[in-house]
Amino acid sequence: MYPKIQHDVDQPILDLKQISVKLGDHPVLENITFHLHVGERVAVLGPNGAGKSTLFKVIAGVLPPTSGEVNVYGSTSSRHTCIAYIPQRTQVDWHFPVSVYDVVMMGRTAKMKPLVPPGKNHQIAVKHALETVEMQDLACRQISQLSGGQQQRMFIARALAQEAELMLMDEPLAGLDDPAQEELLLLMEKLEKERVTIMTATHDLDQAARHFNRILLLNRHLIRFGSSQKVLTAENLKIAYGGRLRMIEDGDNFMALDNSCCEGGEE
Amino acid sequence: MIASLLSWIIQPMTYGFMQRGLAASVLVGIICAVIGAFIVLRGMAFFGDALSHTILPGVAVGYLVSGNARGSLFWWALGTAIVSALGIGAISKRTHLREDTSIGIVFAGMFALGIALISTVRSYAVDLSHFLFGDVLGVSSGDLITILIFGAVVLIAIWLFYRQLIVVSFDPLLAATLRLPAKFLNNLLLVLIAITVAVSLQIVGVALMVAMLVTPAATAYLMTDRLPRMMLLSALVAVISSIVGLYISFYLSISSGAAVVLICTVFFVITWTIQNLKKQLDRSRAKSSL
Repeated sequence: MYPKIQHDVDQPILDLKQISVKLGDHPVLENITFHLHVGERVAVLGPNGAGKSTLFKVIAGVLPPTSGEVNVYGSTSSRHTCIAYIPQRTQVDWHFPVSVYDVVMMGRTAKMKPLVPPGKNHQIAVKHALETVEMQDLACRQISQLSGGQQQRMFIARALAQEAELMLMDEPLAGLDDPAQEELLLLMEKLEKERVTIMTATHDLDQAARHFNRILLLNRHLIRFGSSQKVLTAENLKIAYGGRLRMIEDGDNFMALDNSCCEGGEE
Repeated sequence: MIASLLSWIIQPMTYGFMQRGLAASVLVGIICAVIGAFIVLRGMAFFGDALSHTILPGVAVGYLVSGNARGSLFWWALGTAIVSALGIGAISKRTHLREDTSIGIVFAGMFALGIALISTVRSYAVDLSHFLFGDVLGVSSGDLITILIFGAVVLIAIWLFYRQLIVVSFDPLLAATLRLPAKFLNNLLLVLIAITVAVSLQIVGVALMVAMLVTPAATAYLMTDRLPRMMLLSALVAVISSIVGLYISFYLSISSGAAVVLICTVFFVITWTIQNLKKQLDRSRAKSSL
């Protein structure tokens, strides 16, 4: 019933070739080409409406692109179960009657047989995932009783239980206080050691520069992809944000302020 | 005292129609309560209400074709319910209309067709009122077997696909990335609701159906924050309401469907009130401890 796909590890974990997406007549993404290697941590930057959520849905194989192809380890992404999409917190029904443990166990659904209760291997996977995000004590909590940072970490645990190798996080830092943001960024660094590849949509240019080894600047087109020094130049940011970014230049240094922040995201 | 209470309880059950009526309403209560948990969590109350109304033209046509044979009317109801359920799903997917709009269109159109058909033959208008408001006391042994079989189909299907149905209800994107058959699961749920509605038709009737689908589940949702417990409590509320409602109906000569629904509503109001009192108590406690 469920696809089992061989991973060709000589191929990049993610390879996009000339991806374009039109919703109706409206182009959302145009001609996106890039590839990622295992363990890279990428911040996806761009103004609201740049197509970040759409890009993630195409990569996850949930939304078929109008043209182009997405390959994961050398084969079409829509057949893989190793890609996790971590939703924006505002899009989740937090009063759904499930515990943290239940939600993390959902990540195992595709691997479970119907009727029989989850076996030892599933329980161990969930336990390990909860330990990695340091939430084993909160396993029995109903999910509305978590803080924003804990909610985000629970979804990362679910992705770990899913055995995801590529995690797509849609604005995970939005609406979190500073300590919770720091904690989450540390967790992402820890995941790098487990060879998890991460793409994170964010609005915070400074955090992107400090915590991610590569930056993808997006506004319908791929404007630039590479290290933060190469990507976050005044010129590139002007192309991406246009008038929506205020630039304060001071000799060689400049400061960029994103006016298009935050909450809600784009479709 | 005890003897008179006992006879008060036993006396109605000496009638065969009361035994069958009670068995049928308990069974229907359980089925509605369990599937109702999904209806409440996914916000499908309007869909459930509409679906029960769309059955009317099917029942009317069945009546024209085969007269008052109850057994065949069930099949007409079932067929109409399944077609309408999948039709509503298809319309909202293929256009940019919102789901509640396409539900409204199908719901009103079908109900109007049903009324139009009824109005052509004046004599059976009275009989069809049974389908609007239910006719628990007219349940035959054959009806009871139909309810038992199709109720079992619904409960077994939920049991088989329990985990997948939860995932697709809680997070459709997770279902998609796990490559679960989301389209099949969503249509399965629609068909199960359709079967439930057809099975419940004779007990609660078209007009009060939504109460059985929503009220016990909503009451249980206020009591607990775990899904299996919610389904269990929901079934319990429905069973108690069915029994109490039927007795009240027997002794006070109230329409049985209405009596059952009223008891469900009383359960909800009591639970809601207790919840609110608790919240206020917690708040005032938190204040005084500051």
